[in-house]
Amino acid sequence: MNRRPIFLISVLCFGFAFFYIPILSMIVYSFNGSKLVTIWGGFSTKWYVSLFHNQQIVKAAVLSLKIALLSATLATILGTMAGIALARFRVFRGRMLFSGLVTAPLVMPEVITGISSLIFFILLADWVGWPSVRGFTTVTLAHITFSMVFVSTVVQSRMIEADRAIEEAAMDLGSRPWEVMRDITLPVISPAILSGWLLAFTISLDDVVITSFTTGPGNTTLPLLIWSKVKLGVTPDINALATLTVVIVGVGVALAGWLMNRAEARRQKDARLAYQNNA
Amino acid sequence: MRDEAKIHGGDTPPPPSAPTPEPFIRIEGVSKKFGTFQAVKDVSLTVTKGEVFSLLGGSGCGKTTLLRMLAGFEDPSEGRIFIDGEDMTGVPPWERPVHMMFQNYALFPHMTVEKNIRYGLKHDPLTDAQRDARVREMLELVQLTPFAGRKPHQISGGQRQRVALARALARQPKLLLLDEPLAALDKKLREQTQFELMNIQARTGVTFIVVTHDQDEAMTLSDRIAVMDKGVVRQIGSPTEIYEYPDNRFVAGFIGAITLFDGTLEQLTGDMAQIALPDWGGSVTAHTLPNLRARFQDGLAAGQALTLALRPEKITISRSKPDVANCVAGVVRDLGYFGKDSLYRVVLPSGALVLVHAVNARRTGESGRVADWEDDVWLSFDPDAAILLDGLHP
Repeated sequence: MNRRPIFLISVLCFGFAFFYIPILSMIVYSFNGSKLVTIWGGFSTKWYVSLFHNQQIVKAAVLSLKIALLSATLATILGTMAGIALARFRVFRGRMLFSGLVTAPLVMPEVITGISSLIFFILLADWVGWPSVRGFTTVTLAHITFSMVFVSTVVQSRMIEADRAIEEAAMDLGSRPWEVMRDITLPVISPAILSGWLLAFTISLDDVVITSFTTGPGNTTLPLLIWSKVKLGVTPDINALATLTVVIVGVGVALAGWLMNRAEARRQKDARLAYQNNA
Repeated sequence: MRDEAKIHGGDTPPPPSAPTPEPFIRIEGVSKKFGTFQAVKDVSLTVTKGEVFSLLGGSGCGKTTLLRMLAGFEDPSEGRIFIDGEDMTGVPPWERPVHMMFQNYALFPHMTVEKNIRYGLKHDPLTDAQRDARVREMLELVQLTPFAGRKPHQISGGQRQRVALARALARQPKLLLLDEPLAALDKKLREQTQFELMNIQARTGVTFIVVTHDQDEAMTLSDRIAVMDKGVVRQIGSPTEIYEYPDNRFVAGFIGAITLFDGTLEQLTGDMAQIALPDWGGSVTAHTLPNLRARFQDGLAAGQALTLALRPEKITISRSKPDVANCVAGVVRDLGYFGKDSLYRVVLPSGALVLVHAVNARRTGESGRVADWEDDVWLSFDPDAAILLDGLHP
């Protein structure tokens, strides 16, 4: 009866290896002293140093962060509004259509989104003379349009879970709908809004396809820069850059998970105590 | 709170001090349609100030819809609602002098008990000190002062119910609506909370309208009950009226246990009716009390179809033939022994089953009860005990 499920364990190991060996080898080789990517030349952190001295990379990173911050924030505002509308207004004319239109970009190939955004910007420039150049603004707008969907999906599912009665209770106690939104609805769904923002932020930060369609000369985001550099051959400083990204994302995900687990554990402990004391 | 004059509401003349008492709540011909579904059909009723009024019925009977229309969450498709003389048509929930205690309490999960209670007060023109005093008063009223700093998930179900009550009472509403106030509590807690609720009602004097599906809850809490079925009010009356003088077969069957017999009126002598009951096996006599006769619009006439209804506890069961008019022989088909009393299912020669309830008053016989399975017994009832109902309508 004590027999280990060898098959399951080996499948698990294979799966993890498949995912993580490429990333691990990238991390290891980012500390490679040699200029040749595949030949180990001793431990060194010089690629990290050169990374921070490379103005091109620093500029691209700053641009990416700016776009991600702005587009995530605007996408969160729009997506939250759409999510609330979809969850709360159960029946209105064209609800199905609206809901379909909001979620369509989830399944739309990115190439299509990118090319249609590009065509839209070109036509718009023809008709109203704006945007005359493509760059920061157009990329941000394009990012908003597709990352907003993720926010609205997360917010909508949280809204459906949340008890409608607490909003009615607030209204019953004398609050107008906008006060109910401010005092009750938004605080209750705030974790979903925050995770929607994080999602939108990371999606924007690592997007290549849509960005490449909507950006203009001189506005190269970090993923685009990496992509163009890799086309000329993988250099060790790219390894270092990617490793930094993995570390930042890993720490962020771990932190978010830890915070959520801690809050949940505390809530369960409180609830247990309450029942022991007062049942 | 439970004086007879109030229970009988409209039947008694108003006290001289109040020449024209405008009913506190007046619902006039209210209907509500959701698409093609008619949730509430032409309901009219009035509620007096300080009264505890229950809307009782099964699920989907329209009681909750009616409550939500009082709170302002739904607009009536037809008809009007007046609260304290004011027409509530088009008045949004946040402007109504009405607060509601929600079925699952709907406490704000991100606020402490104290902040939950305080929430509604921010709309009142009070100083912070007055708000503090009011919150303290409410916390004391529901005995939750030590828990003021806790969040709703940190207190027990019974305490949550009390927070919901305190929150709804904090702004001193004219009317409190309670949606299944005890349904979420376990049985032991329910009885205790029920008395607490009545105690608080008596102290604050707030008018209560309670929605419940639980007839025991309605009977013990209410001054008056409206029994609802399929969107229609089937009867309004005090718990006694509803139980002892049901207006129709639905109400008779919905509240408590009852046996219904179809019959025909043979003869009416004064207040005594002689009724042919084929299932009982002959004619019986029953008292047509004046309030019973009022139910038959065309008066009572020989040959009229009637339903005679008997509550199990109004029937006497005995081993020997009693010397009274309405008696019949039967056999005990089934019985439930509850210690202090027993419920018998007696089959009559006609095949009809009659429910009989008897207190096990004496420790006679081996089993301590009047009769056993398959025993021959006699059933009888007093002419006053029979409920006469219109036999043609349900």
